[in-house]
Amino acid sequence: MTMDAQTIIAKRVARELRSGMLVNLGIGIPTMVANYIPSDVRVFFQSENGLIGTGAIPEEGMANPLLTDAGGKPVTALPGACTFDSATSFGLIRGGHVDVTVLGALQVDAKGQLANWMIPGKMVPGMGGAMDLVTGAKRVIIAMQHTAKGKPKIVKKCGLPLTSVRPIDLLVTELAVIAFPDGRATLMETGPGVTAEQVVSATEAELVLPAKIPEMQL
Amino acid sequence: MKTVSVENAVALIPDGATLMVGGFMAVGTPERVIDELVRQGKKNLTIIANDTALPGRGIGKLVDKGLVSRAVTSHIGLNPETQRQMLGGKMAVDLVPQGTLIERIRAGGFGLGGILTPTGVGTIVEEGKQKVDVNGKSYLVETALRADFALISAFLADYLGNLSYALTARNFNPVMAMAGETTIVTAQHIVPVGLIAPDHVVTPAPLVDYLVANG
Repeated sequence: MTMDAQTIIAKRVARELRSGMLVNLGIGIPTMVANYIPSDVRVFFQSENGLIGTGAIPEEGMANPLLTDAGGKPVTALPGACTFDSATSFGLIRGGHVDVTVLGALQVDAKGQLANWMIPGKMVPGMGGAMDLVTGAKRVIIAMQHTAKGKPKIVKKCGLPLTSVRPIDLLVTELAVIAFPDGRATLMETGPGVTAEQVVSATEAELVLPAKIPEMQL
Repeated sequence: MKTVSVENAVALIPDGATLMVGGFMAVGTPERVIDELVRQGKKNLTIIANDTALPGRGIGKLVDKGLVSRAVTSHIGLNPETQRQMLGGKMAVDLVPQGTLIERIRAGGFGLGGILTPTGVGTIVEEGKQKVDVNGKSYLVETALRADFALISAFLADYLGNLSYALTARNFNPVMAMAGETTIVTAQHIVPVGLIAPDHVVTPAPLVDYLVANG
């Protein structure tokens, strides 16, 4: 059975999470990560509108209008959940108390810098909490498809406005896991059935290729 | 604290006022006050809020009617009407990182001139701002925000004006309740004094100027 790109990415990112971590997931593929966490791993999910202990989407008719995720969609709160105001929520984020944030991206460059909040003149949604998350979280993981309509998203240097000067820690796509030791994009793993050459040809940024590059475990 | 009808509360707000509006994607936004602002046609408003919600909901209702001339906000991505008015030059939008926005509001309410934050350093957010180094790390000086009116939505209010909030409807509300020259509150339930235990009061009564009557 072949897995679609989004599922590969979400499953691989899920393997980065450990019990006890405080984790903030962005919208899109990052949200899917929650579906693939092993049952023996218990993480705290933060929703930046003021909740730790975010649970599943409620069954129809069971939504509480005062309990939503950061997109305004109904969620549930797990036993042991807690709520707080936005100053505390961003104190958690900026203050380095969030262990991992998983976000989407428009571009990541060879040094691990990230652009994920605007395309000047085209798409200006606002940065929301992204700049604080990338600046303050202990570990920043980007979950995105390797290319956009055939165009590389992993580029030499971000042409779009940066989210933060702080480089990301890990990039997971359907083709590759890339880390940035010594500020250089390094191919750590390849996607299922993908060769290092295929990754290189789909990547504009120069990639460091270690002698051994294992295939992603999912 | 005075108890007022929603009509009389909104009648206090002049055209051109700066309003802080609680809520996150309209959750925790005082919808009755918004509806009355629309009914009374208050215009040329500056809105300070996390987002502009969606068309037809919360602050989105003010945007739909063209009543907002400026928004200071972190996210407009889910409101295409805000984006349309911004790109068409009908509305000015100052985009502020969410954690910076809430801290600027907190600073305004807490008597601070502003805050130092690492968020935005080295990005277009730093343009035109003072940058300072503290212990070898760079920070932006982000100035405090205050408003003519803070429009607050609480879960419980007692007859004195003590407030508590529910779940994710808390968000910007208690912070904004300190940063408006005049604070107007709607509450889902108005309860006798003493019913909200002292430890559960989030916004102390002296901060509330007007409590909008229910029913």
